Amino acid sequence: MEQIIFFFVAALALISGFYFVFAKNAMYAILSLIITFFSIAALYILLNAQFLGIVQIIVYAGAIMVLFLYILMMLNLNKEDESKKHNLPKFIGVFSAGLLLVGILGAFKGLNQKTYAVDIDSSVGLTKNLGKLLFNEYVLPFELASILILAGIVGAVLIGKKDL
Amino acid sequence: MGEANSFIQAVPLEYFIILSSVLFCMGVLGVLIRKNAIIILGCVELMLNSVNLLLAAFSSYKGDGNGQILVFFIMVVAAAEVAVGLAIIAMLYRNTKSVDISIFNKLRG
Repeated sequence: MEQIIFFFVAALALISGFYFVFAKNAMYAILSLIITFFSIAALYILLNAQFLGIVQIIVYAGAIMVLFLYILMMLNLNKEDESKKHNLPKFIGVFSAGLLLVGILGAFKGLNQKTYAVDIDSSVGLTKNLGKLLFNEYVLPFELASILILAGIVGAVLIGKKDL
Repeated sequence: MGEANSFIQAVPLEYFIILSSVLFCMGVLGVLIRKNAIIILGCVELMLNSVNLLLAAFSSYKGDGNGQILVFFIMVVAAAEVAVGLAIIAMLYRNTKSVDISIFNKLRG
């Protein structure tokens, strides 16, 4: 039963990711990327990482994808298709990406596959435990992350200003 | 809590490794063959997400919370990166009226 759920969600992620890479229309591509992010959030929740699942939905599927769609609508791209006459770069791209996949999977097959412990503490991804970890050991990186976000906002505003 | 534990026992970790490898290579493929700069930025997001998924899977299967904190920080950096990257793309569009990366080769030195 669990394997069926996993295969369903994984197939959803793979199909929508495939459509994202190959779709002609940029708007439909971004919308299918949102489906991929939602299925990754479902996998987080199946892994008992509730905090990451909720953050994935709020940050990725909510904020970042809305930003993508907003920019895409604001730029108002007229649908001139990508140049069809150059097929060789596409072929080379598909070939090298496939080669990378074969390399990664081949390296993985050489690994000795050890079984993991049966009695795992499955409450590690709950918000309470992660919050304790985040605000005790990782409180300095957390504050530095806020400074990074502030710098990113200021940088985006400065870059986007019309008369710089 | 017991149900998710049975999920971890029923689905081997290898499935997650294979799934994230395929998603990562899909992102690489998109960066290589697409011309639209916004789509390329989305492909980078796809690669970051596949790595996040693998990190969270390892963290859950080992019962260690540090990996999930790392995923959280990767998400923070990705959010900042997307904001700046989309601002750069909007500025390029304002100057050239296009987001096709094949005409951005004026940037080479």
